[in-house]
Amino acid sequence: STLLYTTPLHLTGKYCTFYSTTFDTIDLSKFPVDRIRNFCIIAHIDHGKSTLADRLLEMTGAIATTDKNKQVLDKLQVERERGITVKAQTATLIYSHQGQQYLLNLIDTPGHVDFSYEVSRSISACQGVLLIVDANQGIQAQTVANFYLAFEAQLAIIPVINKIDLKNADPERVETQIEKVFDIPREECIRISAKLGTNVDKVLQAVVDRIPAPMASTDDPFKALVFDSNFDHYRGVVANIAVFGGRVKKGDRIVSAYLGKTYEVNELGLLRPHEHPTQKLFAGQVGYIIAGMKDVKEAQIGDTLYLQEQPVEALPGFKPAKAMVFAGMYPMDQSEYQGLRSAIERLTLNDSSVTVQRDSSMALGAGWRLGFLGLLHMEVFNQRLEQEYNASVIVTAPTVPYKAVLSSPKLIKEHGSEEITIVNPAQFPDRSVVSEYLEPMVLGTILSPDTYTGKIMTLCLNRRGIQKNMVYIDDQRVMMKYLFPLNEIVVDFYDLLKSLSSGYASFDYENAGYQAADLIKMNILLNGQPVEELITIVHRGRAYSTGKAMCERLKDSIPRQMFEVAVQASIGSKVIARETIKAYRKNVLAKCYGGDITRKMKLLKKQAEGKKKMRRIGNVEVPKDAFINVLKRKDK
Amino acid sequence: GGFEQVKPFFRVFRVRWPYCLRRCSYCNFNKYIPRENNDPMMTECLQRETETLLQLSQVSCITSVFFGGGTPSLAHPSTIAAVLESVSRRAYLSDKAEVTLEVNPTPVGKSKLEDYCRAGVNRFSIGVQSLQDGDLKILGRDHSPHQALQTVEEARRLCPGRVSVDVMFGRPKQSAESWENELSELLRVCDDHVSLYQLTLERGTQLFKQVLGGEVTMPAEDVTAEMYQCARRTLHQHGFLQYEVSNFARHKAVSHHNTSYWKGRQYIGVGPGAHGRFVPRGEGGVVREARTQTLEPDVWIREVQQRGHGTRRRIQLSHLELLEEVLVMGMRMSKGINHKHWELFSPQLGLHEVFGTSNDIQELLQSGQLILDDRGLRCSWDGLALLDSILPALLVMLERQISQRLQRDHHADGQTKRISNPQ
Repeated sequence: STLLYTTPLHLTGKYCTFYSTTFDTIDLSKFPVDRIRNFCIIAHIDHGKSTLADRLLEMTGAIATTDKNKQVLDKLQVERERGITVKAQTATLIYSHQGQQYLLNLIDTPGHVDFSYEVSRSISACQGVLLIVDANQGIQAQTVANFYLAFEAQLAIIPVINKIDLKNADPERVETQIEKVFDIPREECIRISAKLGTNVDKVLQAVVDRIPAPMASTDDPFKALVFDSNFDHYRGVVANIAVFGGRVKKGDRIVSAYLGKTYEVNELGLLRPHEHPTQKLFAGQVGYIIAGMKDVKEAQIGDTLYLQEQPVEALPGFKPAKAMVFAGMYPMDQSEYQGLRSAIERLTLNDSSVTVQRDSSMALGAGWRLGFLGLLHMEVFNQRLEQEYNASVIVTAPTVPYKAVLSSPKLIKEHGSEEITIVNPAQFPDRSVVSEYLEPMVLGTILSPDTYTGKIMTLCLNRRGIQKNMVYIDDQRVMMKYLFPLNEIVVDFYDLLKSLSSGYASFDYENAGYQAADLIKMNILLNGQPVEELITIVHRGRAYSTGKAMCERLKDSIPRQMFEVAVQASIGSKVIARETIKAYRKNVLAKCYGGDITRKMKLLKKQAEGKKKMRRIGNVEVPKDAFINVLKRKDK
Repeated sequence: GGFEQVKPFFRVFRVRWPYCLRRCSYCNFNKYIPRENNDPMMTECLQRETETLLQLSQVSCITSVFFGGGTPSLAHPSTIAAVLESVSRRAYLSDKAEVTLEVNPTPVGKSKLEDYCRAGVNRFSIGVQSLQDGDLKILGRDHSPHQALQTVEEARRLCPGRVSVDVMFGRPKQSAESWENELSELLRVCDDHVSLYQLTLERGTQLFKQVLGGEVTMPAEDVTAEMYQCARRTLHQHGFLQYEVSNFARHKAVSHHNTSYWKGRQYIGVGPGAHGRFVPRGEGGVVREARTQTLEPDVWIREVQQRGHGTRRRIQLSHLELLEEVLVMGMRMSKGINHKHWELFSPQLGLHEVFGTSNDIQELLQSGQLILDDRGLRCSWDGLALLDSILPALLVMLERQISQRLQRDHHADGQTKRISNPQ
């Protein structure tokens, strides 16, 4: 299962052979700010973002016009499979309009709200967005989430209704939805078929006409926003920047406002979408810069760059990435520890938002606790580990970062702050030293045909969701907003939503801060002995159902023993759920004569070997995979 | 290595007849449906291999012979006579030696019993399996309950007190109740020996497919546990002593042949796919070998004809492996392993030393499933039903103790050397 993703903008290496030769001769200083437009395309998954981008690139000569420019050729496997953008890409287009040449910077955004911080940074480099909606499917949850990001950034929004060539296309209805949900007059919608190229020229005209030029002056001191970064093994960090003021050239000494470190510019240029070195970059322009940074953490998204001799005030809104979902990752076999470590290191080279902490568990051995921006981020990371590095990984069920407000002055002094974040459940502080526990919340948006409303409301209620509003966006489709504890949606919420709505409901969420919550620590006991690796932090109201589910899963994974085994979930000394593994009464009765010995010995030796690998909790022998079955995310 | 201290002069001898008329639906044994009558050739080869292996083992006295299957009652009585003759030619085969033949209780099988007796057979093991007609059909057996009873009757007439019946429980759709009734019926006609075993679903069998496909349902674990306990109780009430996990006898009518396996004695196996455990003293061997004969009858025949033997695999058993087999087999007997029996194989490390110190085993002793006392090591009544769960713990301990012992010896050796050679 997956969450929601917007369609990626697939700009690939193939374009590099096509870039326009006219560029080399063009002096970028000839493009004053008023002939620059910075925009991005946002859309729900499969609504046609990449196809439109392909057409825009073709029409502006950035790539040759062929009927074969169809998204992806050589992107990451995970991106193709999931239709998401893991790494955003940027392309500068040259467009002639009414006798003038314009520099249009198309800034791609990662396609999911897990990356909403990155999206908001990308958006902050733009003045307008193309909001694409499928003429058949209409507005989906992610369309709404993306709209609000653009709306809050006060960007010009150009609604584009795509796929009007489809048989079931109903652009009228989609226009009604857009009017109703986004309060944008239907006349502003552009109906296109990106596939056939229908009306795509109108989109380009609208970009020039409706999106304002960036407010930037070449006379100001140099100031640039880092909105993306990549790691290149030969050249170090390649940072994508939007120049908000002044100019920068090769050899300039620049400073990162966040780290205060100074670097020398080795190379800079435009992205067409392939890197195209130039001598300088000017205010309003978008491009890349290589300045001897060795680690992506030195080019954090949202950071400001300026010239060493002309310090400026940093651009607002920068914050380091904050992990919202945590999961333990362990090698399938401890002998694979080194291999997995280097795979994780290589992947995090390109993704500064993943936090990595060493962790170890008695059940799973040495491993790591990784923090991700969200569930999708985590899934993508896992998938890349498996696909690109061929690493087999045990992933524990995801947890969220709870907080505790400490009441004991001694503890506050110890931790250096009143509020602490709890990532590992084993470190959950006792109620007696805490004045209040906090849990992370999200604001979820669900769009669905109204026939499923009842079922969806029941599901949300079961997940402690609080309905914030409910709107009909047309005569059949409903948009609901719910405030959820993040913990309630991290594991299987989206799967359930999809299955109860036959796949029609879409879901998206954004972070909504922390709220006080009645959290408790739940222990799992085997014949009265607590199992450290199964300690779980849970909301009091969900303790029973969570405890029961864990006991059931554990019961199914522990083989019968020669005595009865009680599998219990407890809070403090109170048992709240129990399953019983009945004692084994007899083995399968088989004859064993001379000819059977070899087979019998083989089987018994294997069992004896297995016995050595069992984890013992009290007198109970537990196969290693029993905890894994309880801890790991359910197979879909 | 597994050097055996005691030179056993007495061996048991198993002959495997690999052919069956048809394949039972639950059976995944290596056996063959003969395409043509090659009995004369098979007979000749069994004789030749018998002599080869007896020569190799240098055995002087054979105490029991067992004709097993496949379906040995398909063999002509003259084949049985011929093999026994070969045995006698190379070793002493006393009149008192136990000579058992497995019988499929069909009318044809029954009609040959007398001739088998004349050929030298003096004990029959009859594969009754079930007294339910429908069940026999599901199992793919080619006899009826009535025919089975008649065969038992005839066998008892010929060899009174030396007839065993094989019965199977845990059959498709079987209930504990029907099993109890069936058992009572069986006890009215059977002789002094009963072998009891549970139908196990083996991969690749027809029955496995049927269960997988939902055509047939197998009784649940709790039900088969009930069946086993019920059988043990009922048999006990009728004077049968359980002397092994799946074997019961009254009037001391135990199978001497099978007891030899459980006591870890050497044995010779002849015939396609047959297993043996013996020291090949004929070629100067001192270590017990696990030997397997070639599986496919045609190939086996060719090998015996061309090379004079049909042994496909021979593996020397290490001291630990020998002790493991002695342990696993010995614990199957209700009397278990007595100290003297263990000492035969492990003169240096007694049962108390090996098993007395482990926590795991202490738990088993405390829960009353295992007993370790002056007599030796054995399972309790309850423990015997759980032997397969107990054995891994015993094996882990055995391995640990033996390897520690080896390290100590090694260490001691090293020290001796250093002392004797200070340079």
